[in-house]
Amino acid sequence: MGLPLMMERSSNNNNNVVELSRVAVSDTHGEDSPYFAGWKAYDENPYDESHNPSGVIQMGLAENQVSFDLLESYLEKKNPEGSMWGSKGAPGFRENALFQDYHGLKTFRQAMASFMEQIRGGKARFDPDRIVLTAGATAANELLTFILADPNDALLVPTPYYPGFDRDLRWRTGVRIVPIHCDSSNHFQITPEALESAYQTARDANIRVRGVLITNPSNPLGATVQKKVLENLLDFCVRKNIHLVADEIYSGSVFHASEFTSVAEIVEIIDDVTVKERVHIVYSLSKDLGLPGFRVGTIYSYNDNVVRTARRMSSFTLVSSQTQHMLAAMLSDEEFTEKYIRINRERLRRRYETIVEGLKKAGIECLKGNAGLFCWMNLGFLLDKKTKEGELELWDVILKELKLNISPGTSCHCSEFGWFRVCFANMSEKTLEIALTRIHEFMDRRKRF
Amino acid sequence: MKQLSTKVTSNAHGQDSSYFLGWEEYEKNPYDEIKNPNGIIQMGLAENQLCFDLIETWLAKNPDAAGLKKDGQSIFKELALFQDYHGLPEFKKALAEFMEEIRGNRVTFDPSKIVLAAGSTSANETLMFCLAEPGDAFLLPTPYYPGFDRDLKWRTGAEIVPIHCSSSNGFQITESALQQAYQQAQKLDLKVKGVLVTNPSNPLGTMLTRRELNLLVEFITSKNIHLISDEIYSGTVFGFEQFVSVMDVLKDKKLENSEVSKRVHVVYSLSKDLGLPGFRVGAIYSNDEMVVSAATKMSSFGLVSSQTQYLLSALLSDKKFTSTYLDENQKRLKIRQRQLVSGLEAAGVTCLKSNAGLFCWVDMRHLLDTNTFEAELELWKKIVYEVKLNISPGSSCHCTEPGWFRVCFANMSEETLDLAMGRLKEYVESTDSRRSISKSSHERIKSLRKRTVSNWVFRVSWTDRVPDER
Repeated sequence: MGLPLMMERSSNNNNNVVELSRVAVSDTHGEDSPYFAGWKAYDENPYDESHNPSGVIQMGLAENQVSFDLLESYLEKKNPEGSMWGSKGAPGFRENALFQDYHGLKTFRQAMASFMEQIRGGKARFDPDRIVLTAGATAANELLTFILADPNDALLVPTPYYPGFDRDLRWRTGVRIVPIHCDSSNHFQITPEALESAYQTARDANIRVRGVLITNPSNPLGATVQKKVLENLLDFCVRKNIHLVADEIYSGSVFHASEFTSVAEIVEIIDDVTVKERVHIVYSLSKDLGLPGFRVGTIYSYNDNVVRTARRMSSFTLVSSQTQHMLAAMLSDEEFTEKYIRINRERLRRRYETIVEGLKKAGIECLKGNAGLFCWMNLGFLLDKKTKEGELELWDVILKELKLNISPGTSCHCSEFGWFRVCFANMSEKTLEIALTRIHEFMDRRKRF
Repeated sequence: MKQLSTKVTSNAHGQDSSYFLGWEEYEKNPYDEIKNPNGIIQMGLAENQLCFDLIETWLAKNPDAAGLKKDGQSIFKELALFQDYHGLPEFKKALAEFMEEIRGNRVTFDPSKIVLAAGSTSANETLMFCLAEPGDAFLLPTPYYPGFDRDLKWRTGAEIVPIHCSSSNGFQITESALQQAYQQAQKLDLKVKGVLVTNPSNPLGTMLTRRELNLLVEFITSKNIHLISDEIYSGTVFGFEQFVSVMDVLKDKKLENSEVSKRVHVVYSLSKDLGLPGFRVGAIYSNDEMVVSAATKMSSFGLVSSQTQYLLSALLSDKKFTSTYLDENQKRLKIRQRQLVSGLEAAGVTCLKSNAGLFCWVDMRHLLDTNTFEAELELWKKIVYEVKLNISPGSSCHCTEPGWFRVCFANMSEETLDLAMGRLKEYVESTDSRRSISKSSHERIKSLRKRTVSNWVFRVSWTDRVPDER
């Protein structure tokens, strides 16, 4: 995208080119990182089973393509009206087209609440009136940041984290991210020491901490956050009088439902309103349902003020009423959603096992994961130098020689070098096999030297 | 309790203004022909409900578009996965062509310069983020759309400095008003980054004249600032005069590839012309690559649902549909507006002569007890609670003269509009009789009408020579 232009603030009366805002010219959108450069390589030479079998296989995109057939057959057979506004296509159209109420379609909110409850096996209840709809979790996270923090305040985020947060939480909000460093010594779990240390780092720099934001299950780790850790986190937030945001976008992608504890379950048994009110959950249909194009995200907050403000702010990022209408019937069909959630989990689990075993056979270990659309692969033993440069060199080799686009740990701000996020749910099984073969061959070649 | 950001505690969201309070009253007691015939009639909502039948017919004939199919084949998966912030190419192409068609194909729009947003609400805010720092100011002619206070200022931290317009010349923008606003900003120590106009105007329902557009372009050239032209109502022009876009003016002045053209940005949306506010389809059009680039990335926070992009790309690519629609839309809006204007006249109320938009700018100054905003609010309350019409008081639009109201006409049936006018007439007559009409009162009304006619004549003399419209 080019270097950010540093333009001086000139007066309006001379002939200098009028500058854009600092936000517009900054690179806080993060799109110059290697994370995006790999995508470019893929765009220029994309793998295709028949047309381009030696092209770049996209393993950097956390999409869920394993369960579309379930959605398609549902929409086709059980609910053709969902996309047609009534059997003849006309009735209901105008009401839907006019509906721009930032409260969101009630039936849709109810459907979302019910779906979120099902994912958590009924261990937590969701009140549809606390659901605020936004165009994707991207919007939800930014919106919450605007509400919970002022410019120059900080959110504490455990590393490694989703690279998009650098943009979503910081770019237009002016809020900072202070990392909570996690490492492989304890499977990258958040420790009380790491929390305190991050908090202190912020305080030392005179930065006001407003909250902790976690992703559970974690992206890029592909693992759920343990219940004990969640309880510690909430304790920490209470002690420091700050917020806790849990992005649970992958909650429906946990391979075994019992292994997921939502922060909602913990809040459910708490009576103290001052504790509950600091907890906010983000969700979206982009991962569990594989519908990123439809832009369906949500904020769920136990804080009335946050719900009210988020609702008003959602004016900037409403979900298309056409989409709300189509998905409302599907998501409130509990028989369908129960089946979907179960089958989706199963298919993801099998994919995960395929890739982890395939990597193991090639002599590569992954972090023990139990959720998500990716695995967290350890190639530290292949690095010449355990540095950022060393890691990026290896990443470049994998991109150019193996033609696999994977995400380097440094783009996720991992403090240990050599870790990579590898997606497995955005391709066919056959393509996954081919990717694994390429890795095998690469490892064989290296052994010979 | 842990605190929230200052954005929460400020009320820059503007929702405590009367504009929104009227809506709340309406929600408590909404008119329904059968179930609640004495309820409040919503005339504060600028929706276009006149042409849904045209779209519904098209949908019935083209089931693939909403059925997520292409040539009978499901493209559900492709659409479900499509989240590219560059937008669906077919949709941007169709949208560009639609915008051209609205402007009589006199100017061209390059699809690669279009950035999609979740409605013009999002588009306007995004442009602010791109063009202004917190504390910078944009100049806006009054009266303006109340939502701007939230859209342009709330999260961006930008400021609005009004360009005062008055009824003395039909609320047109004058050079002195522009300069005054600019100086006012400087007095307030605010750096002016640009001017934002809505053309056709909300709430006036009038189009900017060529003279005003030329003035604006010259002004931003001399001050080296931006011009945002929100042309969301461009497809609702129903007079004989054609719509003149700022893009027309740039072309006519041969400024299309100039440096100043990079500082002119157009905002559009399908919420008004097509009556689809629920679908959240807005767009920014800019000649500045950096603005397009930054805005495109920002659109991640408000992408248009791919399902909706697909439906609308099919709809807008059907040129037979678009030309019929635009034509019919204009015809029906004109008839409905006429109905409102005559209904008002029968109640002894005049409005600013207009030929666009979904509302009229109504002159109720003669119904005020005193020439104050307190009196305007009193009158407004009576109209909401006694006459049971929700209309928008001029003060909520930052009008500098008390007594003006925006009254919508395209969001209800003919019968409901008749009923509304009947209620107003009754109210005015009862008020008149309560005031025991004196001769001077009559003359006041007559002379106000005359003055309005003079204003209209005065306006016509400012525009280019066009055939008189009726």
